[in-house]
Amino acid sequence: MSDNDNGSGSKPAAGPTPPLSKAKRQSNRRRFLRTALLTGGVLGAALSGFLPLIYSQKKRLRPPGALDESDFLSSCIKCGQCVQVCPVSAIKLADLIDGMGVGVPYIDARQQACDFSCDAVQCILACPTGSLTYHKPDFLSVRPGAALAAKPILLAKEKDEEPTLNLTERIGVARLTRPEACLAIQGKGFKGQTRGADFKGHMRYMDVDRWKPIRIADHPYDVAECDLCAHECPIKGAISIETVFAPDGSKRKSPVVHEPCVGCGVCEMVCPVEPGCITIEARGVWKT
Amino acid sequence: MSQLLKRRFFEQIKVMFGWEPVKPKEISERATTVHELKRMTNKQDLQAVKAHMRAHEIKSTKWRNRRWATLILANLLFTFSFVLDIQILEGALTASRFVGFHLIDLNSALQVMLAHKHIINNLIIGTGTVLVLWALLGGRTFCSWVCPYHLLAEWAEKIHLYLVKKKLVTDQTMDRRLRTVFWVIFALLALATGYTVFEAISPTGILSRALIYGPGLALLWVLALLFFEVFFSRRAWCRYACPIGLTYGVVGIISPVRIKYKLEGCFHEGDCRKVCLVPHVLDTVIKGRAIETEVPIGPDCTRCGLCVDTCPTGSLSFEVKGLSKLM
Repeated sequence: MSDNDNGSGSKPAAGPTPPLSKAKRQSNRRRFLRTALLTGGVLGAALSGFLPLIYSQKKRLRPPGALDESDFLSSCIKCGQCVQVCPVSAIKLADLIDGMGVGVPYIDARQQACDFSCDAVQCILACPTGSLTYHKPDFLSVRPGAALAAKPILLAKEKDEEPTLNLTERIGVARLTRPEACLAIQGKGFKGQTRGADFKGHMRYMDVDRWKPIRIADHPYDVAECDLCAHECPIKGAISIETVFAPDGSKRKSPVVHEPCVGCGVCEMVCPVEPGCITIEARGVWKT
Repeated sequence: MSQLLKRRFFEQIKVMFGWEPVKPKEISERATTVHELKRMTNKQDLQAVKAHMRAHEIKSTKWRNRRWATLILANLLFTFSFVLDIQILEGALTASRFVGFHLIDLNSALQVMLAHKHIINNLIIGTGTVLVLWALLGGRTFCSWVCPYHLLAEWAEKIHLYLVKKKLVTDQTMDRRLRTVFWVIFALLALATGYTVFEAISPTGILSRALIYGPGLALLWVLALLFFEVFFSRRAWCRYACPIGLTYGVVGIISPVRIKYKLEGCFHEGDCRKVCLVPHVLDTVIKGRAIETEVPIGPDCTRCGLCVDTCPTGSLSFEVKGLSKLM
């Protein structure tokens, strides 16, 4: 080890340093090469984080109040405080394969959607950097169709003094992606546990307990005509079962998504068909 | 502070940024006398005293134990706050809340500020609190008393040193200026790309999150680093790469908590430099180098206390500047 040169030079140095020996020069050169190697290694590892970002354009649903994707990725400090406050554990942190997203939160709505059982959007309140925010800073633009026409009313606190979620933008929008499989369209009812007995997802049911979300499996349904997506939607006026005309001219029922949809994903989670008929388009915007 | 110590203070900052320590050009009168007296001591007498001291040496791990306990406790507090929902220290090492008060890691905050170019109040509050806290506590104390990677690296270092002793590997040293270069590169990358690039590979963040939210594939990178340190280069990440260490080092420049070196009883045997993560800060213990009879150790020191534990003569000790005068 080179750094153990005790006892060498008992006098303070005077005059210019003597020229280096050949061996010393060589060892210095090798050291320089190693240093360059480590530089390349660490930087390569750091930049490899970009690869998945380039190759995969898979959009992930972010927690409510998230800034637009690139701003979100730049401002998130990856602390997971949003994960900690969520009463239904909807928020997960991304892993290495998600590239720049190591430690960045996302929601897999089919597994566990945000049902706003916290009432106040706790994840936004917990965020220390403003990655999740009620009020976007002025210099950040709002994508057309992302802004909500009005602050969404949370049905659970409709009778409260402040019935709205203080959100100004949606995180996505629900789309009926497999209408052919939709029970409502087929005029079918639904009886039993939606998503099966093993499904781990939780939700708050106002008629059970306002402050304690329970397992969805513990809350079986029995409806003559399936309307789970519309019935469980936490936002006022975001989705309803309407009578529509089929392409052949006959009348039938169908879930219809409306402008107040914030993209929370509850409809996606409760849809009893496998795979689900209704899904959230992450960062999707409202199109009239 | 004497003129000599003032000069050394600034030289130590340069040393932190990667320059090699140089032999002092000037030494105070009192220190010169001590150096002279040591030189004049009869060799046999000196050997006898050294042997005597060695015979009565008490192997202490006091500071190491305290430090490990603190480090493990701090990290467990994060874990338990979430897992057991005791809510004392919520979040991870990058950013957290201690019973409601925002705490934000300085390097992470810097990365976010550079990448996002927008700073909200909570970010200022959290960063400010941590800045004051660590300026008082010693800057790089964060490294050795809190950072979970430091503990793993310490264990890896033990394996590395064992392998070195068995002559199976050699320590491949590198240029310490590399850390400063990395610091600048990662700052520029954050600024230019708008991504907190460093956070993707920060073993501190990865480990902290793994301890709290469960393990992930990102731990492979941490394993790779440890592997590199065991077989190639002793403590390479902390010594040559980690920008977090440099950030906290800068914060600790004016810190009152530090290690103090007393020239008088020192035998210049260099045990302290052998155990030290940053032996360049201990250049002053080399025979004839101390410019004063008491020299404070520079800001790159992590205040881990290994040198204090290992010193057989008690020449190195913790000091809180100003406190000794008060008491």
